[in-house]
Amino acid sequence: MVRNLDELRRRARQQWDAMARSAAPRILVGTATCGRAVGALETLQAIEDHTRQEGIECTIVEVGCLGLCYAEPVVSIVRPPWPMICYGRITPEVARALVDRVVRDGDPASPWALGSVGEGRVEGIPSLFETPVFRGQVRRTLGNCGFLDPGQIDHYLAQEGYRGLERALHMAPDEVLDEVRRSGLRGKGGAGFPTWRKWKFARDAPGAPKYVICNASEGDPGVYHNKLLLESDPHRVLEGMLIAGYAVGAEEGYIYCPARSWLALRRLRAALRQMERCGLLGEKILGASFDFHIKIKEGAGSYVCGEETALIECLEGKRGMPRLRPPFPPVTGLWARSTVVNNVETLAAVALILHHGASWFADVGTENNRGTKVLCLSGNVERGGVIEVPLGTPLRHLVEAIGGGPPGGKRLKAVQCGGPGGGCLPPSCLDTPADHDSLLPLGASLGSGGVVVLDETVCLVDLAHNTAEFACRESCGQCVPCRLGTRQVLEISRDIVEGRGKPADLDLLVDLAEGIRLGSLCAHGQTALKPLLSALGHFRDEFEAHVREARCPAGVCSLESCPSRQSEPSWAT
Amino acid sequence: MHPRLRPILDSFQGKPEELIPILQRVQGAFGYLPAEVLADVSRFARVPESSVYGVATFYDQFRFTPIGRRHILVCRGTSCHVRGAADVLRAIEDHLGIKEGQTTPDLAYSLETAPCLGACARSPCMMVNRKVEAGVTPASVRALLRKANGHGAEPR
Repeated sequence: MVRNLDELRRRARQQWDAMARSAAPRILVGTATCGRAVGALETLQAIEDHTRQEGIECTIVEVGCLGLCYAEPVVSIVRPPWPMICYGRITPEVARALVDRVVRDGDPASPWALGSVGEGRVEGIPSLFETPVFRGQVRRTLGNCGFLDPGQIDHYLAQEGYRGLERALHMAPDEVLDEVRRSGLRGKGGAGFPTWRKWKFARDAPGAPKYVICNASEGDPGVYHNKLLLESDPHRVLEGMLIAGYAVGAEEGYIYCPARSWLALRRLRAALRQMERCGLLGEKILGASFDFHIKIKEGAGSYVCGEETALIECLEGKRGMPRLRPPFPPVTGLWARSTVVNNVETLAAVALILHHGASWFADVGTENNRGTKVLCLSGNVERGGVIEVPLGTPLRHLVEAIGGGPPGGKRLKAVQCGGPGGGCLPPSCLDTPADHDSLLPLGASLGSGGVVVLDETVCLVDLAHNTAEFACRESCGQCVPCRLGTRQVLEISRDIVEGRGKPADLDLLVDLAEGIRLGSLCAHGQTALKPLLSALGHFRDEFEAHVREARCPAGVCSLESCPSRQSEPSWAT
Repeated sequence: MHPRLRPILDSFQGKPEELIPILQRVQGAFGYLPAEVLADVSRFARVPESSVYGVATFYDQFRFTPIGRRHILVCRGTSCHVRGAADVLRAIEDHLGIKEGQTTPDLAYSLETAPCLGACARSPCMMVNRKVEAGVTPASVRALLRKANGHGAEPR
């Protein structure tokens, strides 16, 4: 007989409601990595010290990240009867003044406000979800991020957490699989493979034990939302992992998370301890005939280990080099057993699907791209951060409406989508829907969700060189075309950015990239030069200027023979 | 066997798949992977010494020489690159008198680069020990290095 978490949830709900109804003001400080990187801990300290010294009564809560990275440190204040008001760029000095004004003096301090959340309006402050940065966003996976304490399972339970697991355990595993199939969920790690199909292969594979691996490797430059999710709402991901384990018949799960993401690891460890206390790990979970254990494995720093078979090699204690496939991991994976490897965001989506149902999930998105995608907006953009939009949202909406375009009135030059396996697109492609399929014919991809905005100050040849450095540095060395080819590409691109390029080099780059693509076993070699090729395809003029005229139109590359570089430009003096 | 190795190995069972976690603990204790302990690690984990080196040289995390008390990683990610990461790296190199991949002779600083540190919306960024610093400039890193002067900032 499957037990529900009713009693635990009722208590959690009571506490949450008591907190929400309490007349005492509540101050929420976002302390995920992005906030910490610009001083959120100093802001938190200032608020703690100041309220103590001044005898200001309030509750201070550390929360995760709202995704408004451009406005970090973000502090939200609930002061009844007002709704929650979020404030941006709260340095320690501003924090003290903010607390005085809002909490002590009852002035909503609208100049610092980003927006309000919840019922009721405060004059001069817009509703946060109606501000440009949130318009067009559908916050599901990120729904809890920035609003609850990631260190407390009670907060997650009070938000109906683990409802998806309860529902799944009341269903047969095949029904769970079918629910995920009907949702149309595709893997969020980059390949966009239908999640249910991966699960089906694993479910049908003979033998035991089977494994579920949560892939938190996240090595793509420009992508960090999986880390944000683990730091801000770890239980959602862990719930998805349990559901995956139940659906495929696995008893053991591993989380592969880089050692460098220490805050995510700390949150995960705390979350696992809480799950054990609540009977959500171990034998007979919630009374069902389902046993599941989760172990954490710290990654040691290898980009290629984001590829699922390389990840499995790493878990087995070896060099993280991709395996020859087939057989794929659902058939022969960890220790030659059937293994499902799912990305963090995918597992979070699974928890939502089982809670709200497949049709709820599928009601946004497009035909073959159902649901939402979390994206990281960065580069030369006014409002960079982590956002969530329906799949198929045009790039223009992401870059212009949500991101606010390049800062300082600069002209948009290109958008790099899909990280190192994606591509650089010119502004003429901005009406393309951001989904798993539409970007491919243009030489880009959605990848794991990186959207880097590039303005007119960027030289795409220089950027292509940076890409080549990444491709070469992160090649695991197993396939000769990738190991040696990326080195050659790097040297040719270095010649071009340093003014030694020849016109024939451009075709040579294309040839080499094609050889590397054909001769590589994993996505790194197959796609690592896509950013270079797409830049060459869409911005050939800029490459030609470098190799024919020794001229860098954007003025970035120091071409030795470039005449414009021989005299000091006026702004340098 | 090195006296500091014993307690580390005691918490493992001696299986080949434990090699990476063992190396991580060894490096955590010693700051690097000293050659004299790797032979013992090899015997304990039942992995040939050549494979121990194979694994240790494969992953970015592992090193065979002592590291500076302050370990600086400058991000080379796309967003950081287009917003001046190279200038930041050069400023640190000039200030410390070392190049990327080197450690100062007094072991105060090690300087490396990373493919992406994951604070892309506030680029350029770098990491000092475990703390990410975002939105850095050549001037701000020089100020930071002057202020730090060898004291490690421990994260909460």
